[in-house]
Amino acid sequence: MAHATDPPAPGPAHGTPDHAAAGDHRSRVSLRVNGARRDLDLDHRVTLLDALREHLDLTGSKKGCDHGQCGACTVLVDGRRANSCLLLAVTLDGCGITTVEGLAAPDGALHPLQRAFVEHDAFQCGYCTPGQLCSAVGALREAAAGHPSHVTADAAQAGPAVLTAEEIRERLSGNLCRCGAYPAIVRAVADAGTDPAATGTAVEAAV
Amino acid sequence: MSPTTATLDTAAQASLGTPVPRLEARDKVTGTARYAAEQNPPRRAYGWPVPATIAHGRVTAVDTTAALALPGVLAVLTPYDAPRLGPSDDPTLQLLQDTRVPHRGWYVALAVADTLEGARAAAEAVRVGYEAEPHDVTLREGHPGLYTPEEVNGGYPAHREHGDPDAAFAAAPVRVDVRYSVPPLHNHAMEPHAATADWDAGRGHLTVYDSCQGTTVVRTVLAGLFRLPEDRVTVLAEHVGGGFGSKSTPRPHVVLAVMATRRCGRPVTVALPRQHLAACVGHRAPTLHRVRLGARPDGTLTSLTHEVLTHTSRVREFVEQAAVPGRVMYAVRDSRTTHRVAALDVPTPSWMRAPGETPGMYALESAMDELADALGMDPVELRVRNDPATEPDSGRPFSSRHLVECLREGATRFGWTGHRPPLREGPLLIGSGVAAATYPVYIAPAGARAHARPDGSYLVEVNATDIGTGARTVLSQIAADALGVPLDAVTLSLGNSALPPTPVAGGSAGTASWGWAVHDACTALTDRLARHHGPLPDAGLSASADTTQSAKQKPPYARHAFGAHFAEVQADTVTGEVRVRRLLGVFAAGRILNPRTARSQFIGGMVMGLGMALTEHSGLDPAFGDFAERDLAAYHVPVNADVPAVEAHWIDEHDKHLNPMGGKGIGEIGIVGAAAAIGNAVSRATGRRLRELPLTPDRVLAALSVPDTGPV
Repeated sequence: MAHATDPPAPGPAHGTPDHAAAGDHRSRVSLRVNGARRDLDLDHRVTLLDALREHLDLTGSKKGCDHGQCGACTVLVDGRRANSCLLLAVTLDGCGITTVEGLAAPDGALHPLQRAFVEHDAFQCGYCTPGQLCSAVGALREAAAGHPSHVTADAAQAGPAVLTAEEIRERLSGNLCRCGAYPAIVRAVADAGTDPAATGTAVEAAV
Repeated sequence: MSPTTATLDTAAQASLGTPVPRLEARDKVTGTARYAAEQNPPRRAYGWPVPATIAHGRVTAVDTTAALALPGVLAVLTPYDAPRLGPSDDPTLQLLQDTRVPHRGWYVALAVADTLEGARAAAEAVRVGYEAEPHDVTLREGHPGLYTPEEVNGGYPAHREHGDPDAAFAAAPVRVDVRYSVPPLHNHAMEPHAATADWDAGRGHLTVYDSCQGTTVVRTVLAGLFRLPEDRVTVLAEHVGGGFGSKSTPRPHVVLAVMATRRCGRPVTVALPRQHLAACVGHRAPTLHRVRLGARPDGTLTSLTHEVLTHTSRVREFVEQAAVPGRVMYAVRDSRTTHRVAALDVPTPSWMRAPGETPGMYALESAMDELADALGMDPVELRVRNDPATEPDSGRPFSSRHLVECLREGATRFGWTGHRPPLREGPLLIGSGVAAATYPVYIAPAGARAHARPDGSYLVEVNATDIGTGARTVLSQIAADALGVPLDAVTLSLGNSALPPTPVAGGSAGTASWGWAVHDACTALTDRLARHHGPLPDAGLSASADTTQSAKQKPPYARHAFGAHFAEVQADTVTGEVRVRRLLGVFAAGRILNPRTARSQFIGGMVMGLGMALTEHSGLDPAFGDFAERDLAAYHVPVNADVPAVEAHWIDEHDKHLNPMGGKGIGEIGIVGAAAAIGNAVSRATGRRLRELPLTPDRVLAALSVPDTGPV
């Protein structure tokens, strides 16, 4: 994961609590969130997930376990999927973060994966959905880049991985869905995966 | 039958029965749907509870000095200084009211700070002194504390007996006498229990965003606990990230959040850590089953006994009604279905998807499979042979019963070939299994309002809660059809306790209960509009409905949904791993109102049943008294790679004895019987009968290490 070496830019502190005072373990952090620069003054204990939810009011990324066990918090960090609950925001200065709020186009046109999830009813309660979607973007990118998975027959073979249902199941098994929408999720990802635009996101295209 | 129970005419607009996409789908895929912890009022603070670290005893001291010295800490509530609560029917909500510790994980303090990190650190800094007493968390046969309760969950009698089942069993030419075990299970909805509470002292009004399955009951309970008139309490639940029974009634988080906002004078969010849930939001209690079946050589059942042992806590009695399905399923004159329970030093069990039916039908349908083996009979034919004409326990006629049709249809679709021998592919043993499903029809009174606006649009208000079921969508469809207008002319408002009282999303009764009120309100509005001449007044026209009279009528019918599961599994002889290759369910659940959301419900239940069969296990540690599997790394809910091709189908069922929509409820039946079908398939594949869930590799390998001693 790339880390910017530029010094933190000055900017208004966001979400600074009343007691912020000398001696606290705090740092200024600059993130590029869904294409927009966000400057934060953060307690070192703040995870990326909590920075998004509690400091930037981007509550699309969900907290299901806070321990990297459920995937509901999955976002893209510099283009790769990651559990945002396992990343301390202070370590991400200069990074580009894409959340579910950054998948659709500015005009509201849904991302191909979002469209497919709606069409295939690939969720019920919706709580795992943002993580499933961000994870699926990452998974499609990994497959396009030729990354093998545990079920790839010939891991040495070069070129994009063919996304069979088995491959999709394997690659999305880091994202739990207690409503049991997995069969529809697999169909949605397979469907959207045929669209070359599915590996992109609107905000990343814009920057 | 009253006129309102006639099934809606499907010819007119026919939004019902069509696969309308979920109305909130866009909000959910764009991340704009906000859940309880995501409300962000100004000056919001955060609460973090402190769970007890002993299994039985009492708190002797709480030292808050270190916690209060941390930056940003606003308060630490303890049993010594927490607000005194008013009465409630549910003693699990009497939090921080005394020093007793009835089980490990019981909350003994709450830290409140102006940041999430500060609240967590403060909770960790609270020092609690205890006086521990010996504890007992282990349910076992012969436990001296076992007793027969007066009734079991659902209000059923704990014990029912017909004829002389012991004599009939002794006289039966073919007999099965088997024991099964189902461990504690956890709901683990993806959204952990959370509430954001905001006490406005100036207005004297409490506003609570709660992750719950129904805001009416949360409002009533909070009003009682905090001694407020109900009209001073508003509970909101626009989006809820699943519940599966664990959010049916208020749980500790919402009581703590309200205590904290009252104490601190700021809005407070309490979002429970995943690791706390096992001990404080309810679980499916473990059940130990003994099933005895007697039959004639032609498969006719002559005796059925299902005895269930289970646990409850010392705080509140909850008895998983696992023997109840035996009163519904099969024609047998001599029967006994009975429950005994022991109150242990364990967390309080509660509802988890199809309580009673889920573990009960695992045992009964596994035993039926064993009986089919003993008879050398196709297990489908055994069930068909014993399909009753009337409900065995009550003698009442069924309003509709199409179990046989589900079995036949499923057998055809699945390619069931009866008693076929297992296949072997290299190290893999492959086999198929079948099991039946059942779930009762419940309904409860509800209110609703409908408004016609001058611009031709309609607002329908009903305090339903959409926990992911699709309630918002199907209720809008019901309204559109009753009003005779297109779906997009209707706006539905839900999830708000200020609306007329309604029951919770539970018992698979939401659509029937809320939908009936919506139907009646919209029908009344249609009548009013028909009598109205000229343009509508600026305020529009309104009508309301309350189904207290109609929904409480007890029809002279036994009303249940039925279904059949077929599973194909492979068992790996090297690793012991069982994987499901195919799972197919066919259900008869009345009229299916929205095929898209219904399919997702059925499949979701089947996937949870797959987890129950293969991966989900929780256990109480005898030494420490807590659940050993408390998070999603230890408690294994199925992941995508565990779930193969799953198909759900249904048969058209026209039942005029239900409600105006004609549906039976579909949220729970998908899980019922699924684990039995998978277990029966494992038995067919391996030639070994495993009777303790889940069927994990260690157990399968151990079973395979014992020589096959003949037909299973």
